[in-house]
Amino acid sequence: MPNFTELLCPDEAGLYCPPGGFHIDPVRVVERAVITHGHGDHARTGHGAVLATRETLAIMASRYGADFAGTSEEARYGQAVKRGGVEVTLVPAGHILGSAQVVLKWKGLTIVVSGDYKRRRDPTCAPFEPIACDVFVSEATFGLPVFRHPDDGGEVAKLLQSLRQFPERTHLIGAYALGKAQRLLALLREAGYGETIYIHGAMQNLNALYESFGVALGTTAPATTDRRANRHDRLEGRIVIAPPSATQDRWSRRFAEPLLGFASGWMRVRARARQQGVELPLILSDHGDWDELTGTIAEIKPQELWVTHGSEEALLRWSSLNGVTAKALELVGYEDEET
Amino acid sequence: MKAFARLLDRLSFSPQRNVKLTLLEDYLRHAPDPERGRALASLTGELVFDEAKPAMIRKAIEARLDPMLFALSYDFVGDLAETVALAWPAEHRPGKVWSAEGAERFSVRPCDQQKSHGANAEPELPEVVDTLRSASRREVPQLLERWLDALDTDGRWALLKLLTGGLRVGVSARLAKQALANLGGVEVAEIEELWHGQRPPYEDLFAWLEKRGEKPSADAPARFRPVMLAQALDEAEDFPKLDPADYAAEWKWDGIRVQAVNEGGQRRLYSRTGDDIGKSFPDVLQALNFEGALDGELLILRDGHIGGFGELQQRLNRKTASADLIAKFPAGIRAYDLLLDGEEDVRRLSFAERRKRLEAFVARLHSTHIDLSPLQPFADWEELRRLRAQPPKGDAERAEGLMLKRWDSIYEAGRPKGPWFKWKRDPHLVDAVLMYAQRGHGKRSGFYSDYTFGVWRADENGDEVLTPVGKAYFGFTNEELLKLDKFVRDNTVERFGPVRAVRAVKDFGLVLEIAFEGLQRSTRHKSGVAMRFPRVNRIRWDKPAREADTLSELEKILVQEGS
Repeated sequence: MPNFTELLCPDEAGLYCPPGGFHIDPVRVVERAVITHGHGDHARTGHGAVLATRETLAIMASRYGADFAGTSEEARYGQAVKRGGVEVTLVPAGHILGSAQVVLKWKGLTIVVSGDYKRRRDPTCAPFEPIACDVFVSEATFGLPVFRHPDDGGEVAKLLQSLRQFPERTHLIGAYALGKAQRLLALLREAGYGETIYIHGAMQNLNALYESFGVALGTTAPATTDRRANRHDRLEGRIVIAPPSATQDRWSRRFAEPLLGFASGWMRVRARARQQGVELPLILSDHGDWDELTGTIAEIKPQELWVTHGSEEALLRWSSLNGVTAKALELVGYEDEET
Repeated sequence: MKAFARLLDRLSFSPQRNVKLTLLEDYLRHAPDPERGRALASLTGELVFDEAKPAMIRKAIEARLDPMLFALSYDFVGDLAETVALAWPAEHRPGKVWSAEGAERFSVRPCDQQKSHGANAEPELPEVVDTLRSASRREVPQLLERWLDALDTDGRWALLKLLTGGLRVGVSARLAKQALANLGGVEVAEIEELWHGQRPPYEDLFAWLEKRGEKPSADAPARFRPVMLAQALDEAEDFPKLDPADYAAEWKWDGIRVQAVNEGGQRRLYSRTGDDIGKSFPDVLQALNFEGALDGELLILRDGHIGGFGELQQRLNRKTASADLIAKFPAGIRAYDLLLDGEEDVRRLSFAERRKRLEAFVARLHSTHIDLSPLQPFADWEELRRLRAQPPKGDAERAEGLMLKRWDSIYEAGRPKGPWFKWKRDPHLVDAVLMYAQRGHGKRSGFYSDYTFGVWRADENGDEVLTPVGKAYFGFTNEELLKLDKFVRDNTVERFGPVRAVRAVKDFGLVLEIAFEGLQRSTRHKSGVAMRFPRVNRIRWDKPAREADTLSELEKILVQEGS
């Protein structure tokens, strides 16, 4: 069998597959790219050719315009395509709508690049599928034992309880515009919240895109009001969802005594929430927590684990304690969209 | 435990008083007996455990988690109890190898699954409290481990806070009592008056507040009696209407208001909100050789002379006082009213009558720990105004101002308008430069409304640099807030989370005139001083930053105040 690094190796643009002649989620412009999901640090504009799921291509087109790449090709979940001698299959990663793991098969070798992923149920995307492989390439955004995300239902209940306790205040929730915002909307609907939910302008296109793929988000309306409006019209007792940066800025002044929430896995750590002045931390993440990461590795039992970005140190330690051969790829250029 | 844990969690993230009150009231309304009573006791400090020392907690986690993984976790989180609450690996987690429908199985969290598989049931708060009471020191580590296994993350965090003593979620006993008052639609003075006759879990108290039972009796031995408070004097408004002959004047001492009670041998020292602070002041308790209840000021008292507030602070907020500390900072009471003379309740008598009795009462004590707050004679308001500006040499120089009390006033709880006034000295003023600003909450969310300011000081190279001396977040109008916020945004040089550093150099900066009540030495602040009640008095848009005050000018106040 060939060396693993003959099939996949890091270079200055990210992960490169020499026999297939393509990069996966390159951080620089390349000739051919396979994109795991639509978050900006993974899906960049300007590549020569892009292979991705239909949803991811739609997200890229919505963010960058129709000409985001020279050519684009849609890959269906589970359907292999050939690139050079390499068989490339995209399978669901459970991270956001259209997110995929990239399965590479070549000369008897299987490498899975999981991209960003999570294992818990998400009403807005297909669940992660574990694939047996020789090398599993994992993220480690929340790769510390302190990250144990609680049940989503409990977090949504926390928000609904607060609405009952503080009906005079706008509940302004920061959530990343792609993925988290729609998941929060969907979870609120599942919890039986039927009121109109108000959203920041930056999310409208993405919400529409999700709905066009059959993800129901319920009634939403633009969060338009201003400081001069009377109290009643300043969305008191309503939920407003906005990108985190907007909740921290002057934009937030238009609402009635805003009660600031933030939906992110980082909210698990109290100091992080406090530093950002968050009153209602909602621990809601699109990345796997410690149990999901270690559980997935234990389930897949790869010969080797490669860790791309995040807190790799603890995950490497866990691997050595559990007899898993592991190394850090130290890829740069991936931000963490939950911050 | 879940509801209590969630309450603590929300409280810890809610800096606003009204928000805390709503959260507390909501919890007390919905939690069952006896849980809410135990919760109340822990919030009001009636229930203090310090069974679990950090070393014990550390030992527990190190037996469960790889030391390196623990070290990485602790390093990231920075707080031991929180790290343990988060990283605690509960036993019987679901199998590490999942079936193909792994994602389905993750729709519930591992801990919840564990419970349904018949692990220990989550302990409720009363169970934890009762078990701890009867447990020996040797048993605590095992109990701790068992509970940590059975609880979820928030529950573990609440448990560890409870066990290590001090919940530190920014709730005072006073605030908890206010929440009780709101729950029952009664005055907080009513709660304070009967509080010391009640014991956890306070079921009679809740029954009364929920109109299901009789009002519990306040008749506990050595109970607290709600205090009478003074209105702030408005010179322009009030003086024309007041006759100097109707009022007695005395100095307003700069200590803390206390009520000292001895009934049938039961001695108690209460703060003005009815918290029992006797444990911190054994020297004062020992001096309560009388039958009755005194109202007065707790001060550092040496040979009949008072010390500064900074010295008193050495004695406050300590659970106990060592002999050394007591010798160095002897505490005493300067008495100014009498509520109980022997067994006789004298609160319905006039101030003139109570004063006569008080003088005789204190004279009989011959105590170095209890003396009399003297009356300050005066002919008219003008004379009093002069005295206030230029107090006579001695203790009066350390006073915060004057008190005016109507000779015919009875002693009534609360803050009635008219009988008592406080007339504080004019505040100190300093011109300081805005250095940092922090975002506010609620109505001020989205505004930079908390300001850290500094004064000039020479550094080791002799260069003039700014050193922070305080933080102010009120004293300005809404229009001024808008301008301040704009200044902060336009002149930000650095950001740290919700805090921005603003440009502040000799040639550019915003001068704030800060008013404050007093200055103390402080080892906790880089500047070596700490202000009391600082607020923005004026915004000096006109004043160049280089002309702001220096630390040495500020330190002169320390000398004036003799601290």
